[in-house]
Amino acid sequence: MIDAVVTIAMTLFAVAALLNLYRLAVGPDIVDRILALDTLMINSIALIVLADIRMGLGVLFELALLIALMGFVSTVAMSKYLLRGDVIE
Amino acid sequence: MTPSFRSWQFWLPHPLFSLFLALLWLLMVNDFSVAHALLGLALGVAIPFVTHAFWPEEARIKRPLPLLRYLLVLLVDILRSNLVVALRILRPARHLQPGFFVYPLALDDDFAITILASTISLTPGTVSIHHDAKANTLLVHALHLEDEAEVIATIRQRYEQPLEEIFR
Amino acid sequence: MNAIAMPGYLEFIVAAFLLFGALVALIGSWGLAKLPDFYTRLHGPTKASTLGVGCILIGSLLFFSHQQGGVSFQEALVTIFLFATAPVSAHMMGKAALRRRLPGVARTRNMPDLSEE
Repeated sequence: MIDAVVTIAMTLFAVAALLNLYRLAVGPDIVDRILALDTLMINSIALIVLADIRMGLGVLFELALLIALMGFVSTVAMSKYLLRGDVIE
Repeated sequence: MTPSFRSWQFWLPHPLFSLFLALLWLLMVNDFSVAHALLGLALGVAIPFVTHAFWPEEARIKRPLPLLRYLLVLLVDILRSNLVVALRILRPARHLQPGFFVYPLALDDDFAITILASTISLTPGTVSIHHDAKANTLLVHALHLEDEAEVIATIRQRYEQPLEEIFR
Repeated sequence: MNAIAMPGYLEFIVAAFLLFGALVALIGSWGLAKLPDFYTRLHGPTKASTLGVGCILIGSLLFFSHQQGGVSFQEALVTIFLFATAPVSAHMMGKAALRRRLPGVARTRNMPDLSEE
């Protein structure tokens, strides 16, 4: 049962990622694209964790944590760049 | 001002944060042995000691018990707000009445304001967007704004007053 | 999957968490794709996607706690990290949008005056 549920959940997340890609392509402003990338990062964390359950490894947690960190830092850096024109004041 | 190196504040500037770091280390390695506990404690002491020169004025958590209750309330509200927002998204967009409102803050501690702003972003249909330090107000965007006075009163009574209790 | 057989009730709970999380996250992304202006779009991902992924992580925590014997808290750490950072990134993006003077939909109430920002 878990196997089937994981497949369904992965499908749903793949659809969510496609919706994010749509927003990434359409824009209209660069802030929308940053938001789309941020959401894509969050959805990919879920996909990684689901793949981890599917393969029964239990080791991909570090990957999820790293992607969460990268996603947060890059979102803040890009927003900061738009705010000031500089990443570091 | 720097405390003298004989006092414990010099060596252990943030005791609660040190404990938090040690706990975080144990959860990260997922191995609750004595060796890792010692390593975590060593890191918990070393990291605040090296970095506390960069810290802004520290916030003091006066009462931990209301903090726990606050976190519980927050957890329930996050669940509730997500259902509300999900329903709003699923209905046609023309039913939405988005709007901004200015929330006048009563708190003046930076850390407490940060927590309040995060709380506002995580709970029903509101995202805090801008903090005006001069006027001490938050600019908040609501997905569906019907009566701003009511929203402000809810935030004040549900989140800000408990926070005042915790940090004062 | 080389899974150790799970008791039925635990399997049910894990499945419920995974499905609920996936649905909520999908609704969040749907909101990102369909809502009319940036400020309303900000709501979907910050709340729905974070809660959705949080549910997936809790499901995975229960699953691996059972598979490997003993509780593993690592997924809980990722969840806490996501919940702590989502409002901050939303705040930053909102500020950047105000700075770039993005217009809201016409019926937005109390649209701040962007010219003097």
